[in-house]
Amino acid sequence: MLALRDVHTYYAKSHILHGVTIDVGPGEVVGLLGRNGVGKSTTLKTICGLVRPAQGRVEFEGRDVTGWAPHRLPALGIAYVPEDRRIFRLLTVLENLRTGLDRPGVSEQRRTELLEKVYHHFPVLRERRSQAGGTLSGGEQQMLAIARAMMLEPKIILLDEPTEGLMPRMVGQIREIIRVLHAEGVAILLVEQNVPLTLEVSGRVYIMEKGVVRHQAMATELRQQHDVIRQYLGV
Amino acid sequence: MSVGLPLDQIAIQTVNGIVNGMILALVASGLTLIFGIMDVVNFAHGDLVMLGGFSGATALAMTGNFWIALLVAIITIAMLGAALHASTLRYLLGRDPLTTILATFGMSLVLQKYAIWQWGPSARNLTAPITGQFTLFYLQYPWYRVATAVLAAAIIGGLYAFLKYGRYGIWIRATTQDRVMAQAMGIPVPIVHTVVFAIGAGMAAASGVLFGPLGGVTQTMGADFTLRAFIVVVVGGMGNLGGSILASMFISLLEAYASLIVSPAQAVIVSFVALIVTLLFRPTGLFVPTPK
Amino acid sequence: MSRRATGYWAVFTAVVAVLAVAPLVLPPFWQRFVTEILVWGLLAMSSDILIGYTGMVSFGHSAFFGMGMYGAAAALLSVEPPNLWLALLFGLCAAALVAMFVAFFATRLRDIYFAITTLVFSQIFYVIIFTWTEVTGGENGLTFSQPPLSIPGIFSTRFTTETLHWFILGVVTCSYLLLRRITQSPFGKVLQAIRENEPRTRAIGYHVERYKMMAVMLSGLFAGAAGVLYALQNRFAAPDFVFFLISGETVIFNVMGGAGTLVGPVAGAAFFLLLREVVSRFFTEYYLIPVGIIFVLIVVFLPQGLLGFLRRRLNE
Repeated sequence: MLALRDVHTYYAKSHILHGVTIDVGPGEVVGLLGRNGVGKSTTLKTICGLVRPAQGRVEFEGRDVTGWAPHRLPALGIAYVPEDRRIFRLLTVLENLRTGLDRPGVSEQRRTELLEKVYHHFPVLRERRSQAGGTLSGGEQQMLAIARAMMLEPKIILLDEPTEGLMPRMVGQIREIIRVLHAEGVAILLVEQNVPLTLEVSGRVYIMEKGVVRHQAMATELRQQHDVIRQYLGV
Repeated sequence: MSVGLPLDQIAIQTVNGIVNGMILALVASGLTLIFGIMDVVNFAHGDLVMLGGFSGATALAMTGNFWIALLVAIITIAMLGAALHASTLRYLLGRDPLTTILATFGMSLVLQKYAIWQWGPSARNLTAPITGQFTLFYLQYPWYRVATAVLAAAIIGGLYAFLKYGRYGIWIRATTQDRVMAQAMGIPVPIVHTVVFAIGAGMAAASGVLFGPLGGVTQTMGADFTLRAFIVVVVGGMGNLGGSILASMFISLLEAYASLIVSPAQAVIVSFVALIVTLLFRPTGLFVPTPK
Repeated sequence: MSRRATGYWAVFTAVVAVLAVAPLVLPPFWQRFVTEILVWGLLAMSSDILIGYTGMVSFGHSAFFGMGMYGAAAALLSVEPPNLWLALLFGLCAAALVAMFVAFFATRLRDIYFAITTLVFSQIFYVIIFTWTEVTGGENGLTFSQPPLSIPGIFSTRFTTETLHWFILGVVTCSYLLLRRITQSPFGKVLQAIRENEPRTRAIGYHVERYKMMAVMLSGLFAGAAGVLYALQNRFAAPDFVFFLISGETVIFNVMGGAGTLVGPVAGAAFFLLLREVVSRFFTEYYLIPVGIIFVLIVVFLPQGLLGFLRRRLNE
């Protein structure tokens, strides 16, 4: 469904991605692991069109979307949850959700349904729905960022380090929501530093190093390959 | 030497200051909206006011109805604004905001000359839709002036309501806060920008028409309004809607009081002084809560 | 001398030679035209120091230019016999005073605020000059006679169109060489560092404020010199030249020609003036419409200007 082919991306003069090739099938949960700075976030940003690759292709459902304006991608079914969340601090929780909800072609009934669904999974958002996004705690903001992406009814969600800076209890909530999304058939490309969590929820895992994909395996296999994990991830 | 000025003169000037302040606020809020949302410093804003005035005058001559003329002017200039943005300004997104001053400066030159070409070198007059006066102290004060202030306030209020409660208001506010994330949520940011520029242009046009019966429509009024609007926006805090309204009132009142003592042409120095004081002591704006 | 340097000096000499010969071969109108290009070129160069080299866009050059003009006028009207060098001195001092005033604010304001403030200031000066009729002649300005070219005690001769042109060419050429020396000196390099990355330059330890003030003073002085030359050539000083539009045109010269190259703005001035001449044949007084459109297109699509590609070469 989602395919990156030999993608090279630069930030100014720095060559960050040196030919990344990745696949995500419909409904799959795929993990992207690697040390800090290897280009995991840049890979996600390239997919969303926030950075333009110098070389290579990004394909979604057979269509070449390389270099498309970022605002066209959610309509195709791609949602992005960036690291540091980036919720709209001065908008209320509900308004944040509405940035994803206010799309053409969504009936009033469907909107209510989607809202209810998200409130059901994240009750704290219902409580705080009239509060400004900036007043939420870190964990609550993360919930909001994911809920906001869910409002787009995406086919795939790009999750960038969702557990960063979260308390262990919240990590459990993240695990839960990934399971829920997977059960609904939403594909997930998960970039994480938290190796155990990634191995738990993912089907397949890529490991990146210095801007390329070095290793690919099923999560179940990789769990046993401690030497590989130590080599690329240092844990 | 007189110790104090007659109270009723001061009262009249207060009313004048408020009226002028509201018109200036209408111009300045468009300018600050445009800057706050897309980092464009619109040097041509005053010229949009001027063009609004001229098209309003033409529409008035054709239809005989002031309110229709107002509407026509707003829509025409809003479309002009959209065209200007979509054709050139949108390519400046992400570059140094100073380039927007240069580009809009160029546009200002073109628009000014165009106005002379289209409407000739003489000023136009717009007849007020509301004649009739009421007694304010020792003067017969025109109702129209009060109506202008009320209308300007209504338009600004409408803008505020639109931003806060309207569906597209959320899009605009999200784009202002985090343009990149707004795009990632599917908000068509380039279109939002063009629409906001058009709104700002429309507001400028409205000011031009409303000001018409008060001061006439002249070719040079553009530069005048631009200068004043810039001063207001700096004093009020760039991008701060509430601040620019307060600053507009503040500066207009100062000028109104000053014109009791010096000639109107020199009263404008007062706003310059306000600017300098702001820049020296509170560069982020006099009415901004905390200097960052 | 390296090959690149010889190439540069060859071009330089050729250009100066052409400019020197010009008044001998051109009809009167074009003679004056070339002389005017030189004066505006000097103004453009002066603002390039601020805009191109230090990265401070200023709309205030009309104030410096105008002060130079009125300063010269003051000298030529108040001292008998009218003295060329006194005019120069007065003009430069007046411009320097204004420059100090602007410099004070320059250091406190960044970017847009600085640009807007210089705009406001130039308008303040305009209003003052326009309304202070007793001193400045108000709307009508001041007229005066051209001083002779003289070195006291040695010789004195009236200017002819040619000799005036050569005098101005001399001043402008020397200014160019001086500015070139300055921009290529360590001082100039720091200015460019400020343009590229001000916080970092400050972090390295440079007193950015002082450098900015010096840049403004320098820029103001040479702009004032241009004002003096203009007054010399045209024998009048008028508020029109303190009007913001002059600043605007200066910025146009810089952007069109290529900021940060010194020669770019001169070329920009020449280009603009020529364009204006040609276009006004067809569009009469509406020449600014097509010229303005061209300017906007250059800002958006060719931001480095016509000669901007030479920037690196010329500043090595």
